Amino acid sequence: MFDQILQFVLTGVTVGATYALVALGFAIIYNASDVVNFSQGEFVMLGAMGTVAFSAGDGLPLWLAAVCAVLLVVCVGMMLQRFAIAPARGASVVTTIIITIGASIFLRGVALLLWGKDIFGMPHFSGEQPIKIGEATLLPQNLWVMGGAAVLVLGVHFFFNHTTNGKAILACSCNRTAAHLVGINVSRMMLIAYGLSALLGSLAGILVAPITFTSYDAGVMLGLKGFSAAILGGFGNPMGAVAGGLLLGLIESLAAGLISSGYKDAIGFVILLLVLFFRPSGIFGKASAERV
Amino acid sequence: MKIRKSVSLLAAAMMLSLGTVQALGGDSIKVGTFLAVTGGASFLGDPELKTLQMYVKEINDAGGIDGKSVELIHYDTGGNAKEAVNFAKRLIQKDKVDVIVGGSTSGSSLAVMPLVASAEIPFISLAGAVKIIHPVQKWTFKTPHTDAMAAAKIFGDMKRRGITRVALISGSGGFDKSGRAQSLELAPQYGITIVADESYGGKDTDMTAQLTKIRDTDAQAILNFGFGTGPAIVTKNVRQLGITIPLYQSHGVASKKYIELAGDAAEGVRLPAAALLVADRLPDSDPQKAVLVAYKNKFEASYGDVSTFGGHAYDGLYIALEAIDRANSTDKAKVRDEIEKTKGFIGTGGIFNMSPTDHLGLGIDAFKMLEIKNGDWTIVQ
Repeated sequence: MFDQILQFVLTGVTVGATYALVALGFAIIYNASDVVNFSQGEFVMLGAMGTVAFSAGDGLPLWLAAVCAVLLVVCVGMMLQRFAIAPARGASVVTTIIITIGASIFLRGVALLLWGKDIFGMPHFSGEQPIKIGEATLLPQNLWVMGGAAVLVLGVHFFFNHTTNGKAILACSCNRTAAHLVGINVSRMMLIAYGLSALLGSLAGILVAPITFTSYDAGVMLGLKGFSAAILGGFGNPMGAVAGGLLLGLIESLAAGLISSGYKDAIGFVILLLVLFFRPSGIFGKASAERV
Repeated sequence: MKIRKSVSLLAAAMMLSLGTVQALGGDSIKVGTFLAVTGGASFLGDPELKTLQMYVKEINDAGGIDGKSVELIHYDTGGNAKEAVNFAKRLIQKDKVDVIVGGSTSGSSLAVMPLVASAEIPFISLAGAVKIIHPVQKWTFKTPHTDAMAAAKIFGDMKRRGITRVALISGSGGFDKSGRAQSLELAPQYGITIVADESYGGKDTDMTAQLTKIRDTDAQAILNFGFGTGPAIVTKNVRQLGITIPLYQSHGVASKKYIELAGDAAEGVRLPAAALLVADRLPDSDPQKAVLVAYKNKFEASYGDVSTFGGHAYDGLYIALEAIDRANSTDKAKVRDEIEKTKGFIGTGGIFNMSPTDHLGLGIDAFKMLEIKNGDWTIVQ
């Protein structure tokens, strides 16, 4: 029984780490610009698909392909901000959400045209020999996902708390006009926020692709799960988003293992609803107060 | 003057050519089809349409059927069952086709069945669901294998290996669910107990939780009914967890893509598949071999990798045209009767023997049991 639960936890943490990275991307953009970016899942897909495309056949070595793909996705993220979100500044939240949903459909369409409907795999970074912990096993790639996620989360934490640019983005989210008045280049900060968010998404995609494979529509479900995780943890709270992601992954895995695999998604969403019912701002969210 | 002359010549030529077209049109066999050439099910409709067009052209180049040319009238449903009904209506009322060969998805086939029954026109469906022919509907036939046959083939193979306790794991898609239901229904007939019945979501990325549960049961084999990424992830997770009991997959993964995605983990996996997949490897004594190799080569010469779905269209087209040939007319009732009398027709899906109680006419020997060895298919004898 103990071995079983250990296996469920290991699985849950791996899956949860992916959700956490996607949720973190949601939180960063929401923090900086009050926009819920529904094309976050497509960043994940583009990161993985781009790497596969660049390394296909006798292409680039995997690491170089990954770097190219990440750069490409960061550009896509910045272009999304520059050409789709920025022109609609001052529009209502619903309008910007519609814009990002449109962008996600567009990106998925481009991926479909470029790479077709096929499913693609990616080689594991350091072999596929399972590591045994008692009766439970995990793949070296699971460690890559967990480790990669940890490094990225710490990096984001450092960026927002200890660098000028990070603090400037936080300032923009607190009060855009005031930030502008003290000399912060708001539009550049927005670009950085979107770029950072795209960077996280694409890296998440590359880290998990060897385990999960990838296809043009792989981002849809991950985007939804990441969004749920961000809400669970408290929207706009980056570390809350990470906790929400891990929690959602664990809930799913334990529910599948201990209760019923048919209802695991339902159980995840029921818990999300319960949390929102009792704590509308999420587990780690601050209760929102309107200033009058 | 010169110009006027050439114009009138042109007009005369056009009249002449129109006349010949009409003469042909009046004397041609009209085959109607509606397929999901675009949309989510285009992997079905696309090779089906290519196959139909390719063979209609070949038949016409060879002089048609009894001197009559074959005319193919096609509409693209985009995988939408409602559109399928509209197009089927148009085929029947406006285009006045003699026979319909089409319906890529089970949904669109089932939706047009009441229509073909009331219009009394023979319809050969190219979709998988067993519901299309069970219970038998007078005017509807189909060519693809059913999920029930795949399950039966798998259980037959398990029985031979002395496996009686099986763990089932399936996805949440329509194909997966139907396969799961058929497996649960058929298992007792083969003396097999289903000891675990797990499922996963269509886009799930890790199935180790479900498989850990299965590992702790006394199952002697795992059966995975699924489509897309799911089965490949299940295969990898099975190996990761160190599970050594045999793994069976369904015909849903019968493509090279599955071996490519699952890699080494796919070694030893068994699955039922249409013979088309291993056409080159069949013994020369196999009656299907010639048909399969011919279809495969012809399709691959023009369009790249062959798929079993296009093969279903080949079977449907030839069953319909041979029935018209035997009936010596396009009278719908006579053609229907002749389709029902199809015996020993060697198609890509198997050898068809239809009857008033069986509008598919394939036995489970139409499936070959394959095992993956060294990254390639081998036929299990």
